[in-house]
Amino acid sequence: MSLALARFQRRQRANPLDYGRKTWMRLTMGVGFFFLYFPIVSLIAFSFNDSKRNITWQGFTLRYYEKAYENSQLHDAFLNSLIVAGISTAVSTILGTMLGLALYRFRFPLQGPYEGMVHLPIVIPEICMAVAMVSFFAAVDMPLGLTTITVSHIAFSIPFVAVVIRARMSGFDASLEEVSYDLGASQWQTFWHITFAYMKPGIMAGALLAFTLSLDDFVITFFTSGPGSTTFPIKIYSMVRFSVTPEVNAASTVLIVLTLALTVTALLIQSRTQGK
Amino acid sequence: MDSWRRNKLAFAILALPPTAWLVIFFTVPLAIMWVYSFAERGPQGQIHLAVSFANYVRAVEWIHLGIIWKSIWIAAVTTLITFVVGFPLAMGIAFAPQRWKNPLLLLVILPFWTNLLIRTYAWIAVLRTRGFLNFGLEWVHEKTSALLALIGLPSVMGQFQPLELLYNQKAVVIGLVYVYLPFLVLPIYTTLEKLDKSYLEASLDLGAGQWRTLRSITMPLAMTGVISGCMLCFILSMGTFLTPELLGGTDSEMIGNLIARQFTSSRDRPFGSALSFLLLYTTFLILWVRASLAGRKGGPI
Repeated sequence: MSLALARFQRRQRANPLDYGRKTWMRLTMGVGFFFLYFPIVSLIAFSFNDSKRNITWQGFTLRYYEKAYENSQLHDAFLNSLIVAGISTAVSTILGTMLGLALYRFRFPLQGPYEGMVHLPIVIPEICMAVAMVSFFAAVDMPLGLTTITVSHIAFSIPFVAVVIRARMSGFDASLEEVSYDLGASQWQTFWHITFAYMKPGIMAGALLAFTLSLDDFVITFFTSGPGSTTFPIKIYSMVRFSVTPEVNAASTVLIVLTLALTVTALLIQSRTQGK
Repeated sequence: MDSWRRNKLAFAILALPPTAWLVIFFTVPLAIMWVYSFAERGPQGQIHLAVSFANYVRAVEWIHLGIIWKSIWIAAVTTLITFVVGFPLAMGIAFAPQRWKNPLLLLVILPFWTNLLIRTYAWIAVLRTRGFLNFGLEWVHEKTSALLALIGLPSVMGQFQPLELLYNQKAVVIGLVYVYLPFLVLPIYTTLEKLDKSYLEASLDLGAGQWRTLRSITMPLAMTGVISGCMLCFILSMGTFLTPELLGGTDSEMIGNLIARQFTSSRDRPFGSALSFLLLYTTFLILWVRASLAGRKGGPI
């Protein structure tokens, strides 16, 4: 009797809007998540597979990581990627921070069109930006190589950094600056000790985002790279075109782990400082 | 916010360097391409500056119109399928218990942070003739044949023929759905999350079934998010280059690939520039419609 009552009460409590408890909802979500994860998980799993044919599981091995590590072209490509991403991050973080701060702080004429213009690199199809950059470098007679890649990466990273900085500054209490002025601090002191100090986590997050964007970019890099300036994704692309091997899987896994680690760090920095 | 006049020096120091970079290395390249789109192509692929609309006229010639139409078609089918997959996902997350929401949301966005190229490449291993999907199908086929033989039926199944899943339009659509799913799930989730659930309770209390409630209450209320997500998915699919390049075959060249081809093997930059601007104008138009819809209804952008 009491058991029946308990069951009845439980059923009463089951909210009809509790879709998460419904079997059909769990099933569709399960299928959705399977669709999202199966390709990547199998790619990672089969980078450890001890078989060249790459389809049935033959046992665990790190052989293909060694092989990818010893592949000197892959090595060079990775180094190129780090150089490009490093320089691009340094420049675009500085410029993007300035832009984000300017947009947060000032009202100025033609602000709407200006904001549209600076955010354009985020919204235009990558292929359009890629071919525009190629046309530009050809017009100014700049040979394609690491420099042209880096210049393009900086251009598309600036608005992303600016967006992150602006989001960070939206939580800033401007009265802190007034307090600082009232207490006799100069404009520069106020900026450095109050505004910039508050911005720091945003700058870190923006820099990590810029680094990931640069490291990951394929389309724009593909068009703005010349002979001898192969980056990591470009090298993976040419390997993929050639054939599907566990070595490609191993190289891909390295890139996946690297970008995920960077992004998660950026998120942690942002969420940890959110409440302050 | 201050007016820029109150501190002209600070404004100039902050705004000028990034603006200069973006103007020189982004706006000027676009402007150059815009000028080229009216130019003429020389016999060796040189560019002769001119004012002619010949490149734009060529874009609507039959052969190119076919590719543009195919791009629109692929983008539309992709959007539809992404919606069918994405809406239940967004709904499941929005109605999940509070502590599950963020982890589930993270789970949707996580694949989005892995490299686009690698995510696309992963599908090659799944779809190719010796891939996981055919492997699974072969296994099912084998077991069914064995079962039929066991109960004494003659083998009617025949030899297993692997399906040709890769290098066609279907593969492109699958790849695009996979890549752009998060862009559709997030805006829908945001509207569903903000939705006043008492409307749904009222509907259920008044005797409407779950289906009826979904169709007449939940969907209309979530419409801003649905439209926003679908439009985003559509323009992103329209402008894609990498997915058809890797997963498509000869029948699945899209406008992005056509543009790329003008800048590589065909060496016809003026025509490529014109195509590129047609794609850009389309993108702006859709973004503008989307922004004005979101602005009017106060939905998410």
